Amino acid sequence: MLQDKDRIFTNIYGRHDWGLQGALKRGQWDGTKEILAKGRDFIIKEIQASGLRGRGGAGFPTGLKWSFMPKQSDGRPHYLVVNADESEPGTCKDREILRHDPHTLVEGCLVAGFAMGAHAAYIYVRGEFIRERERLQAAVDQAYDAGLLGKNACGSGWDMDVFVHHGAGAYICGEETALLESLEGKKGQPRMKPPFPANVGLYGCPTTVNNVESIAVAPTIMRRGAAWFSSFGRDNNKGTKLFMISGHVNTPCVVEEELGIPFKDLIEKHAGGVRGGWDNLLAVIPGGASCPVVRADQIMDAQMDFDGMRAIGSSFGTGGLIVMDKSTDVIAAIARISYFFRHESCGQCTPCREGTGWMWRVMERMRHRGAD
Amino acid sequence: MCNVETLIPVGAEATISFKINGKAVTAYPNETILSAARRHDFYIPTLCELADIDHTPGTCRVCLVEIQMPGQAGTHTVTACNTPVKEGLAIETRTKKVRDMQKLQVELLMADHLQDCATCIRHGSCELQDVAQFVGLKENRFFDPTRVASREVDRSSPAMVRDMTKCIRCQRCIAVCRYHQEVDALVITGTGLDTAVGLRHGKNQKDSTCVTCGQCVLVCPTGALAEKDETDRALDYIYDPEITTVLQFAPAIRVGFGEEFGMPPGTNVEGKIIAAARRLGIDVVLDTNFGADVVIMEEGTELLHRLAERKKPTITSCCPAWVNFAEIHYPELLPLLSSTRSPQAVVGAIAKTYLPVKMGLDPKKIRVISIMPCTAKKDEIVRPQLSEDRTPDVDVVLTTREFARLLKREGLDLVAMEPSTFDNPYMSEYTGAGAIFGTTGGVMEAALRTVYKVVNGKELDKIELTQLRGFEGVRSATVDLGGNIGEVKIAMAHGLGETRALMEAIKAGEADFDFIEIMACPGGCVDGGGTLRSKKQYLPYALKRRETMFGIDRNAKVRQSHNNEQVKALYRDFLGSPNSEKAHHLLHTYYNDRKVELELTVKEIWGEIKMSTMIY
Amino acid sequence: MSVRRLHPEQPESFSFTGENAAYLQKVIARYPEGRQASAVIPALMVAQSQEGWISQPAIEAVAKLLDMPDIRVLEVATFYTQFQLSPVGRKAHIQVCGTTPCRLRGADELITICKNRLAAHPFDLSSDGDFSWEEVECAGACVNAPMVTVGKDTYEDLTTETFNALIDGLASGNPPTPGPQSDRFFSAPSNGDTSLTDPTLFDGSVIGKYRAFDREELAPPAAPALAAAAPAAAAKPAAEKPIPKVAETQGLADSEKVPEQHKPSLLEAARDGKPDDLKLIAGVGPKLEEMLHKLGIYHFDQIAGWNEMNIQWVDQHLGSFRGRALRDKWIEQSGKLATGWRPSKDGAKPV
Repeated sequence: MLQDKDRIFTNIYGRHDWGLQGALKRGQWDGTKEILAKGRDFIIKEIQASGLRGRGGAGFPTGLKWSFMPKQSDGRPHYLVVNADESEPGTCKDREILRHDPHTLVEGCLVAGFAMGAHAAYIYVRGEFIRERERLQAAVDQAYDAGLLGKNACGSGWDMDVFVHHGAGAYICGEETALLESLEGKKGQPRMKPPFPANVGLYGCPTTVNNVESIAVAPTIMRRGAAWFSSFGRDNNKGTKLFMISGHVNTPCVVEEELGIPFKDLIEKHAGGVRGGWDNLLAVIPGGASCPVVRADQIMDAQMDFDGMRAIGSSFGTGGLIVMDKSTDVIAAIARISYFFRHESCGQCTPCREGTGWMWRVMERMRHRGAD
Repeated sequence: MCNVETLIPVGAEATISFKINGKAVTAYPNETILSAARRHDFYIPTLCELADIDHTPGTCRVCLVEIQMPGQAGTHTVTACNTPVKEGLAIETRTKKVRDMQKLQVELLMADHLQDCATCIRHGSCELQDVAQFVGLKENRFFDPTRVASREVDRSSPAMVRDMTKCIRCQRCIAVCRYHQEVDALVITGTGLDTAVGLRHGKNQKDSTCVTCGQCVLVCPTGALAEKDETDRALDYIYDPEITTVLQFAPAIRVGFGEEFGMPPGTNVEGKIIAAARRLGIDVVLDTNFGADVVIMEEGTELLHRLAERKKPTITSCCPAWVNFAEIHYPELLPLLSSTRSPQAVVGAIAKTYLPVKMGLDPKKIRVISIMPCTAKKDEIVRPQLSEDRTPDVDVVLTTREFARLLKREGLDLVAMEPSTFDNPYMSEYTGAGAIFGTTGGVMEAALRTVYKVVNGKELDKIELTQLRGFEGVRSATVDLGGNIGEVKIAMAHGLGETRALMEAIKAGEADFDFIEIMACPGGCVDGGGTLRSKKQYLPYALKRRETMFGIDRNAKVRQSHNNEQVKALYRDFLGSPNSEKAHHLLHTYYNDRKVELELTVKEIWGEIKMSTMIY
Repeated sequence: MSVRRLHPEQPESFSFTGENAAYLQKVIARYPEGRQASAVIPALMVAQSQEGWISQPAIEAVAKLLDMPDIRVLEVATFYTQFQLSPVGRKAHIQVCGTTPCRLRGADELITICKNRLAAHPFDLSSDGDFSWEEVECAGACVNAPMVTVGKDTYEDLTTETFNALIDGLASGNPPTPGPQSDRFFSAPSNGDTSLTDPTLFDGSVIGKYRAFDREELAPPAAPALAAAAPAAAAKPAAEKPIPKVAETQGLADSEKVPEQHKPSLLEAARDGKPDDLKLIAGVGPKLEEMLHKLGIYHFDQIAGWNEMNIQWVDQHLGSFRGRALRDKWIEQSGKLATGWRPSKDGAKPV
């Protein structure tokens, strides 16, 4: 079980000062200048060595992604874009970072931006997170006022601007190229890849798009070392992770835990167990609505990480667990998820456009006739 | 146009070794699985992709293949069209999993596709049908008639029909309209299940910025975009005993028709078309080439007047899609257009005035049917300017495709047809100059042959102006006409994308030309929007048809329009002289500003469009 | 999924309030010059917060403000579901999250209340015009389900009682404090925190405690060596870890392959037909130069612009010379050569 001293997000519940003073006291913005002084390569190698995998659902190695950015600029600026378009049912972790621990992200933008040669970062916050966006903007303003951002950020010699942007309700904008389209002021419809954003991204410039959590953990990894971070979890599944436990548990919550924590321990320790006891557990969607649902007996002893979820035929996604007890009409639950995807399909590709519509119709039919 | 191989960078070597279905093959760096598979003769079904227009949106998902990365046990299913080949990759195109998934994709595509194939205009040349056959589709569990019923069918245009009950959202039409023709009239509308292809601003086709060039029809894999079929109206005239039917066919028809009946592309089937027309029951068969020769007389004379008045440039007006484009997109340049009507309109006008006099027919009972390689010609004949004081000059236009359909409906096989010749003594002789009207540069070359003679009193020493016969999008040259005219600067553009660039240059005062030829379709009429479609290819026979056309010119006994005996007779007996009052009345026209507010022209958002690559 | 169209009845005009206009100028300044279109969503959102919904004059005002064609702003306004294209309730437009996590905890009951108390159908106005409601797709507060959004605020952990109270409060102009409507503290477990209870996290004692970056060299990524180098990790007893380690079995061969996307930009021929003398790079001879030319590499500045993956890609294409590019630090060498620096006669090398 993860100890408090090894938690990165120490104000996830907002019990303490979210602002700069509180953040400093919790050890954020500590040695940032020295971290930058180690140079781009050092930071990227350290993040690679830490084993950090993207926290937005796909799990692509973060350090490797950063390394794709051109080493030297060809005249085009580089951009860091932070994906805070958290929109998938079951996922609500970035919200807590944005509103309660925003300086982890702001500092992360400086460290990551520096590492990829970007002088500007845009944080794309989903449109519904209005208060969260206001809080984040306030944190960014604090950082500017304190000289942590802007010209010669933190006294590092690096100029770094961080801008808060937002969407207006479109799940598809969580896809990185759709997000870039949206950020450019267009309809958020995915672009063809290649070219990948690292070559042709925001405004046609080299761009890296990362999840909020991936960026927000970077400064702490740099402070405490890749070895510290990679000492949690097993190979290929390193580090700590924010879990979101919703649905039929006694105490739903967001909590940071070690990757690979057994499902039962996670629920027992932090979510007060399953409503009505373990025998009452029916099924779990382990990583957000797009992940396959698994039966109670499959997940009970599974390790909550990328490989653990893959081993039981599902996927880890963002770590958002939707727990369903035996009172659940699982067909209705999946039907509602099908409706969500049908509603949010951008309509370009056949399987999604037609398939989501059909999944919903099939589920609705089953719901009304009863599953036989 | 281009094919996959030409997209491979010059000097690259196929250095990447991999396997397709167990066979060791090689690929070029960055080459996609689809491209490599095609080079090595492995068939992978595709629908949205069209290499010839560089269009790979990756959205239809029928090109699925199973790949295994070196050193990995598991396989992935990926789209072949946009996945690059990697060293050591093992690709399987026909596993059970692949076949099942491909079948599922096609079945999903059919979910809101009106499957009334027997009534479909694309019957027999439908790419969706081919792919459905390939994947072995046997049933259609997902078909939802209510969704089909809710989709839009736009019949507002006289030239084309946009039928969303058959659209598979491949976006080829948008790509060709936006990136090649740069008309940019089509957009994706809606999201999710409501996704469709629409006209910008939500307008119908008639009121939109569409110029009906028909290039979108050539790339549409299904029957979603098509010409408005008028074979029935043609049959009504043909089988009406009261009516004298007059048929004309354009210069490009004879070189782009035989392949529909299995003949090699580019075969000249002029004689067979004449014979077929007679078998159809056409009363008089005329040649649009004759009209082309007349156009040269009128336009050449007009050009000389304008040169003398130092008005420049003069721009040709034979191409109706170009005229639409000028009226809708560049009305400020309309004064530069020649007032001479197109060859089709010229033949129509004379057929209803001169021919009745000569042949003793009742003009009210004549119906002119045109066979044109062009959708916009259907638009042209309903222009109010062309039927102001009479019935329309031309009554019905059939595209090449409709003519083929008509022959098939009447049970006529072109191959078996014994070639015949024109027998009309008044309006069917043509010269080599008229014959080359159907390819880019042809009008210019024909005009220069005649203008030179008028200026110098003698023929050109070298009739073939081969220096004008390039195939670049815009070509320019300086030609010495001698006499009191001297050197003139000329330009030729084909394809509306190139045309747009040229018009912008003229507006900016950066292009100094005396005479400009414009053809809206890439390659000219031989690749018009009404020509035969080629599955999975875009304009593959452009150069073959063009060569045949130049051959007709080379073998012609008379090669200058002013030496056409029937044209001479026409002026002597009927019109007087070129640009006479009567000629003006019958053979010239005027243009109207039909500007549609174009908030989103390619020009305005060019930078962004280039950036966002394939997304519309 | 309804087709999103503009409302048939439109107001005469729209203009941003002075405050909003000033705010939008600040927003526009966030984007590079000429990229003001990026501000279209924020601008529409401000328009909506000002008027409650997006009218056609508002779209035109935004288009004018951002120098965009009207149609493009309309496209954006109709694409994003958060924009209301019809007038909403005067006092509140209640957005009930109806996706599965909220359903599991009673969102249906909230929707039933909406139907009974406000209007039978979503987007319809209540009889007094004060309220409207809709079911929205996930609003991102799943651990506080069920929840609703009203304007900028969210009301979470609702029950039928607290939701009815919320509607009463909105009607009387006295809504409850946003956030969880139970006694719970944000997203913390309702019966007491199970983490973040260690007071030393918050007393400032962690400041300066972790300085892993003070090391000179980064240790090789093998875990044991690294653990020794990092004191913080060393302090963590291995026995604490309940998770069994699974040996990594993935072959190296695949991870070594550099994907094609890392191919650097190559030239078909030297610019102006004049290639740089690549042999000036220490370790590059005529043979290797020829190979580089074949690949499409002619100039120092090409090489200098590579990133790590680019050079690995090139390295893979050097046949028997594999390893040279990395070993001889071509990027650094070329960086220097590209500036015009040349090795001296005594054989000084670029690096």
